Amino acid sequence: MKTITVNNNKIDWQEGLTIDEILKIMNYSFKMLVVKVNDKLVKKDEYKTRIIPENADVKIIHLISGG
Amino acid sequence: MLQIILESTIGIAGAGGLGSNVAVALARVGIGKLIIADFDKIETSNLNRQQYFLKQIGEPKVKALRANLMRINPFSNYQIHHIKLDEKNIPIIYKNVDIMVEAFDKAEMKKMLIETWLSHFPKKPIIAASGLAGFGMNNKIHQKKIGNLYICGDEETELKEGFSPMAPRVGIVANMQANLVLEMLLM
Repeated sequence: MKTITVNNNKIDWQEGLTIDEILKIMNYSFKMLVVKVNDKLVKKDEYKTRIIPENADVKIIHLISGG
Repeated sequence: MLQIILESTIGIAGAGGLGSNVAVALARVGIGKLIIADFDKIETSNLNRQQYFLKQIGEPKVKALRANLMRINPFSNYQIHHIKLDEKNIPIIYKNVDIMVEAFDKAEMKKMLIETWLSHFPKKPIIAASGLAGFGMNNKIHQKKIGNLYICGDEETELKEGFSPMAPRVGIVANMQANLVLEMLLM
């Protein structure tokens, strides 16, 4: 089974997987995110289009107001 | 060790609860130069956690902060910018810093700064803060590293409508950021 890692959790990889789909799979409903795939920044306008390769290390950071 | 500290330049984006506390810690350490930007003025409600005094209400935060830092340590260089930071001015104002510290209040500004920073200076570290509202729960506060992006905070405590963060928890996270700056410079 091919997989990717999302915030240290292994999930199944499939052809054409996008950030938007990963957010659904992970049940993440946060609004303010910073996303890195293999340590490279992915901006919001690419969440629907950027294809995530197999074995990718995806980090999704939830930013919270307060400071 | 002292020489590295004296020769370092640290950027601080925001001069509120996080930024003013990070600046005070780094001034006490003796960092050579701090570059601090903020567009805001001091309000009464800021005094529950920010490093300002009652008589400074109404002053631009960066101006009051420099005055306070000068009273703590007049031997460092404090460059201030009374300006609202955005995608265009961040890479100019902070281009010569060794490490960037994100010290904004609003999540959308945090995101904007982190993305601008990672796009322009992928090799330079940025230390952000996320999740510091409320009180207690010391054990939930932690630090995370994703390449050159570092996050300090509990990553979950949302700010409730009408509430400000409080001095102890903001202070912990701000000092974690400052502590991480020191660690990176000296290790």
